[in-house]
Amino acid sequence: MKASTLTAFSSVERGPAIAGLMIAFFLLLFLIVPVGQVIFVAFQDPNTGSFTLINFADFFGNSLFVESFFNSFYVASMSVIVASIIAMPLAYFTTRFNFSGALLIQTLGIIPLIMPPFVGAVAMQLLFGANGSINLLLEEHLGFTIPFMEGLNGVILVESVHYFPFILINLSAALNNIDRAMEESAQNLGAHGTRLFRRIVFPLAMPGYVAGAALVFIKVFDDLGTPLLLNINNMLAPQAYLRISSIGIADPMGYVISVILVGFSLLSLWISLLALKDKDYATVQKGGGGLMRRDLRTWEKVGCYGVVILILLLVLSPHIGLTLLSFGTVWSFAVIPDGFTFDHYTTVFDTASQYITNTLLYAGIAALLDVILATSIAYIVWRTKLVGRKWLDYGATAALAVPGVVLGIGYLRTYHSFDVPIINEPLASWWVIIVIAMTIRRLPYALRACIAAIQQVSVMLEEAAENLGATKGRTVWRIVVPLMSGGILAGFVTSFATASVELSATIMLVAKDSDAPLAFGIYEFMQSTSGRGPGAALGIIAVLFVGVGTYFSHVIIERSKKLREAKAIVAEGGTT
Amino acid sequence: MTADIGNSAGVIINDLNLSFGETRVLKGVNLSIEAGEFFAFLGPSGSGKSTLLRAIAGFGPRPTGQILIDGEDIADQPPWKRNVGMVFQSYALWPHMTVHRNVAFGLEERGVPAPEIKRRVDAALDMVGLIDLAERRPSQLSGGQQQRIALARTVVVEPKVLLLDEPLSNLDANLRVQMRREIRDLQKELKLTTIFVTHDQEEANTTSDRMAVLDDGVIQQVGAPVELYDKPCNLFVANFLGTANVLQGTMSAGKDGSCVFQSENGVAINLGTQPHNEGAMVFRPQNVRISKTGTNCKAGNVQFQGTVGHMEFHGNIVRYGVDVSGHLILIDETHQRGSTLFDIGASVDLQVKQGQIMVVPGH
Repeated sequence: MKASTLTAFSSVERGPAIAGLMIAFFLLLFLIVPVGQVIFVAFQDPNTGSFTLINFADFFGNSLFVESFFNSFYVASMSVIVASIIAMPLAYFTTRFNFSGALLIQTLGIIPLIMPPFVGAVAMQLLFGANGSINLLLEEHLGFTIPFMEGLNGVILVESVHYFPFILINLSAALNNIDRAMEESAQNLGAHGTRLFRRIVFPLAMPGYVAGAALVFIKVFDDLGTPLLLNINNMLAPQAYLRISSIGIADPMGYVISVILVGFSLLSLWISLLALKDKDYATVQKGGGGLMRRDLRTWEKVGCYGVVILILLLVLSPHIGLTLLSFGTVWSFAVIPDGFTFDHYTTVFDTASQYITNTLLYAGIAALLDVILATSIAYIVWRTKLVGRKWLDYGATAALAVPGVVLGIGYLRTYHSFDVPIINEPLASWWVIIVIAMTIRRLPYALRACIAAIQQVSVMLEEAAENLGATKGRTVWRIVVPLMSGGILAGFVTSFATASVELSATIMLVAKDSDAPLAFGIYEFMQSTSGRGPGAALGIIAVLFVGVGTYFSHVIIERSKKLREAKAIVAEGGTT
Repeated sequence: MTADIGNSAGVIINDLNLSFGETRVLKGVNLSIEAGEFFAFLGPSGSGKSTLLRAIAGFGPRPTGQILIDGEDIADQPPWKRNVGMVFQSYALWPHMTVHRNVAFGLEERGVPAPEIKRRVDAALDMVGLIDLAERRPSQLSGGQQQRIALARTVVVEPKVLLLDEPLSNLDANLRVQMRREIRDLQKELKLTTIFVTHDQEEANTTSDRMAVLDDGVIQQVGAPVELYDKPCNLFVANFLGTANVLQGTMSAGKDGSCVFQSENGVAINLGTQPHNEGAMVFRPQNVRISKTGTNCKAGNVQFQGTVGHMEFHGNIVRYGVDVSGHLILIDETHQRGSTLFDIGASVDLQVKQGQIMVVPGH
């Protein structure tokens, strides 16, 4: 009896167990070993190979590295502050007032995300730089200029404009989720106005804000593309890249910087998790329903729209600048380009189309791998009792804490001497490694989409299929996957769109120009003044990729949400 | 905490109307609640009972009409100036504050000196028996404990009126019975005017001195629980306060001057010489006696013949559904050990005392 139970159990779980082992092996090879290797090398004496802290001592003994460290910290902190200044009024307007501009604000929350920050950086330089449109106008009409893009300011401005939606989205969600009774009970006991806001509303929304702010901090701290494009090299990520690309993979400084980057990533993720932990309690309960909203007076409405439009212009400025640049002939010391042309697009399609085809191929494969891995992990974690299944989830999610530049360095270090059979080329310089880097980096996003999807599928639907004779495998194929299709598709589109503009890992891994993807192409073009036009044209193509992808992902999610609501209504009707 | 709050006040509501957009939710509500009274708003969901309670606390759209507390119209005052304490359905304990700080909140807002806050908070927590949990967070408390803290937080500010919005709905059945007794005891101890919203007639019956039954934004009837049960003013109240047998029909005069009710299916019922108005005939299942056919009809009783259609054993009672000329009559018979039950399909006689039959307006 016991033996037969065991056999039945293992045959049911055998498929998922094999899949789980394969995924674990993949994560081990392409995430854990490379990152472990980076950490290992950072603590290894370059001469003797023994454990040492000498590399860290060297790092902090070098004034350029110390400066880079403080610059990265300063830029990330200031970006959080500037992003908060942009996001807070927007979150406040939509959650406290009956504000008709809410749709505009929602749009504001998406627009920046469809353009990678490094793509907009050059355009921002042309608009806000010392000789950019805004300062030329200021100089001419008011006689002074503002150093928006001077040194680190430029990085802060570009990053804040790009990443403020993280704070906006998290803070709005937190404010919207506060049970109205929380506010009403305080009023009932005598609190109102700013005291009510300070004592009740703000503390309750704090976790959402902290979660968003921690995300912004870490994204900026890790970003490589923006400082590189703005020619700011005295920051951590550019230093890591420059050390490895100029001195070589034996230099320990790149690894020390990587360990610092990973350490800060983990710290930020930990802070954001801590902030959100056990905070569901205050969220909307039976009889609740968001904060109280009031109508705006006319002058308040004017003020609100004024602020929103100002932010909209700021947020759209990289897009406007990039569009002008991609169609402009010469744009130097002028408010707008001297003339307009389609030449840059022609150049791109004539000479740089391999960037586009490479991107379609790489991001397509990466996204496909991501949803296959993510669906399997989601199923194993939520539907099986396999030992250690949670570790698959943790392992895949851990990629969030690994900056692209660190993953790139890890791959170079681990696989530079591993020749791929048949083609006899090191794995680290084969184009497939770029696809794997994209896959690992986007897996956490696909995984969240697939986990959300599988949580919506009732186990009873699977049990019904098994009851009618379907095996586990057939049930997954015929019931689970079709019901998860919305989430899987959304995961695919998100992975594809974001992988297509991935720069920080790929910049380390591109061995030859013919293997390079779009993001690398934009970076290459933007290096020279004459290449800025075609670079901008490529940038616009990248924005279209991401924009169209984001739009479809949104449509898919909305459609499956509606479908679910319809199903819920049917289910409710069925029980009464 | 003082045993007698002392500032407990009466509540008078005059012609209160309230709309959510185009939808009228309260339609001309008039009500008078005595100081120190335990009063229930009872009604189905959507009847406007919670909206009425929230209007007294100052939440929701501004109603027209008057809300007088202690003779003062508070309808235009913001919630924080009204001094009416409300316990929310979800308790609304703030998760970022300890139990002690939750309870101290209202006193702090009133600028009470710190030593007095400490004394009064401790007294309030002692009163609800949770002084030991003062430093816990709300998330570390059970549902019943949260309920007590929410009560302590509200009564500690010594409100003029205590409002309870379905306070028992989030508790399990056993705890609910216990908590409603505790709330009732606390109210008696503090002599605090209390308004209690519920959709559960048993809760309203067991706790309140008087209650108002609401339907569709209109108060249907106000009175003590027994009075409403025994003398419902209309069919809605009769049905909402408990299971009722309802026969629709017409009233006519009998030969001996008595009132005869003629049901839609042709059953004629002599209601005696007492005059009755037009309406539906209503009687409760526990007022019907069931017996084998051929039983003599006692004087002053009304008798029907019928066939047992279904039988449900509830433990303390047996409920029969008897078909009388196409009308389904429910009978509750108390169950005794060893008693014989009537089979389905058996022919039976039903008797009801004329005095137990009510004729109420409504269809």
